[in-house]
Amino acid sequence: MREITYAAASLEAFAEEMRRDPTVFHMSTDAPGGLLKEFGPERIRATPIAEGALTGMAIGAAGAGMRPIVDWRAVTFAFVAMDQVVNQASKIHYMFGGQARFPILYRANVGGGTRRAAQHSQSPYSMFVNLSGLKILLPSTPYDLKGLVKSAIRDDNPVISFESERLLETTGPVPEEEYTLPFGVADIKRSGSDVTIVALAWLVSESLAAAETLAGEGISAEVLDPRTLVPLDVEAIRQSVRKTGHLVIADEAGPTAGVSAEIAALVTEDPDTFAALKAPVKRVCALQVPIPYAPSLEDHVFPDRSKIADGVREVLRSPSRAA
Amino acid sequence: MSQSNLKPTFEQQCEMLRQMQTIRRFEERASDDFVNGNIHGVVHCYIGEEAVAVGVCGALDTDDQIISTHRGHGHCIAKGADLNRMMAELYGRATGYCKGKGGSMHIADFDIGMLGANGIVAGGLSIITGAALANQLKGNDRVAVAFFGDGASNAGPFHESINIAAQWKLPIVYVCENNLWAVNTPASATVPVTDVAARAPGYGIPGVIVDGNDVSAVYEAAVTAVARARAGDGPTLIEAKTYRHRRHTERPSQPDARPEEEVRAWMDKDPIAALTNQLRQQGLDAKALAEMEAEIEAALDAAVEFAAASPLPTPESALEDVYAA
Repeated sequence: MREITYAAASLEAFAEEMRRDPTVFHMSTDAPGGLLKEFGPERIRATPIAEGALTGMAIGAAGAGMRPIVDWRAVTFAFVAMDQVVNQASKIHYMFGGQARFPILYRANVGGGTRRAAQHSQSPYSMFVNLSGLKILLPSTPYDLKGLVKSAIRDDNPVISFESERLLETTGPVPEEEYTLPFGVADIKRSGSDVTIVALAWLVSESLAAAETLAGEGISAEVLDPRTLVPLDVEAIRQSVRKTGHLVIADEAGPTAGVSAEIAALVTEDPDTFAALKAPVKRVCALQVPIPYAPSLEDHVFPDRSKIADGVREVLRSPSRAA
Repeated sequence: MSQSNLKPTFEQQCEMLRQMQTIRRFEERASDDFVNGNIHGVVHCYIGEEAVAVGVCGALDTDDQIISTHRGHGHCIAKGADLNRMMAELYGRATGYCKGKGGSMHIADFDIGMLGANGIVAGGLSIITGAALANQLKGNDRVAVAFFGDGASNAGPFHESINIAAQWKLPIVYVCENNLWAVNTPASATVPVTDVAARAPGYGIPGVIVDGNDVSAVYEAAVTAVARARAGDGPTLIEAKTYRHRRHTERPSQPDARPEEEVRAWMDKDPIAALTNQLRQQGLDAKALAEMEAEIEAALDAAVEFAAASPLPTPESALEDVYAA
């Protein structure tokens, strides 16, 4: 199968959906050249630097029958649009009693590792997950990204696709043929029996690398990628943990009130899964600080394959609970 | 076209009076029901400003879209919303526009182009600008209208939205209802120009000031601005100078910092009294006026009766409508 980059996968998804549906259009402060060439400036709109307005305009355009895509570029720039995300987009379908549909795709880079310091390196998806009324994607491969983004454009709700910065130039197999992927279906990227690693975004590939190392130590790690945070495939996570009895959660966001905390809670509050746990849940997250610039500092703050492997060794060392 | 050609006919003005009176009586009754405990949360009355919504919406077609504010009952009624479903929403009933999920600040009726009241000052400005973009992209001839206040004209969405609409020549009209006060802060303390309309040239669009208590003047300005938008010539900023007769909300303890003499002077410029006098001079007889008022009262009796008799939403319905299916 051909391989394309993660960044190209989303552009390919946009182009395919724009070809099949004339109501799809794209707004961004920097119009993507390839799309602009194919679809022209009416549908690929280069906008003033006004993310608040773009975010709100997408709501109005969606309510009036279009399917807008707004590229915030970095999540950094979504924060000037938070009124439109929090007070408007997430609530508008509910507070108007469901009388209109608001099909919108917002997208943003998250993560770090690019030496751009605090404002351009952040993974605040849990802030958005905390709202009711949005769907949230966090794909880790070009294949998943393309299939989920195509579904998002066809979805009748506001969807945010968070795309980890360090994945943009990675490549992976993506079929030429048409496909979409459903929301709320986790993907087991590697099967294992001793420990479940629920890995998010860039840390999926780091967890797979850690699992390879651990295999050499006789440890069989399962790597589970939720792919979408809302809806979250809770049952797949619980099922895996019931099988392995151990859970490590790897997230490049900080731990505080994060998606990692949510996953830990969803696992432990289920009686059967809790009973199957043989050791405390371990979170391997970024340190709870703004992301620093100096490479030596940034690399210390982010989790990586060796920290994930250490986390796995730690939970497996924990004394087993009395039955 | 000269301005005088735009003047609404006698029949149009009678209809405008009916709508203005309907808004006023709807809100007087809603206020009573708020104090009585039948309506919950908060009620912001539009009383005193009725000529703006009615004058502007009189220049629109049903397909045209508007967006409103926290003070939104007037815009809903002027755009043609159903009084029963409005009152039921205020009563928190399952038959309300939003099935009891929205209340006074979130009434919408997408079927008549009323894209919603909005509890956030300036919150609707970019949303309606997006509706205008959708109209332009679809190549239909619909026009969108943003209603907002003097307070919103200081907020980012006002400037971002108008800038984009002007740059892209979107079919939209921005209507600032300058009622001179943001809760208890006078506009003179927050708006560094005398007229909000003076901000329009900064975006290369016309800025028009009208007497917001003169429904014919508002209508004429709106007809011109709507025609400009429909023709593809882009947005207009209309500033309607007006005043709310009542405090910011109907909460009995709501403070009111406005000088009594200022309130009294504006009460003397009541848009409904002024229009009634004009129409009486033009031949509207007392009997016809009394009939109109009786019809409005009967419609509101029916709305209150409908609301009070409607079922409460089921508790389980709180879980519905988070997402479109």
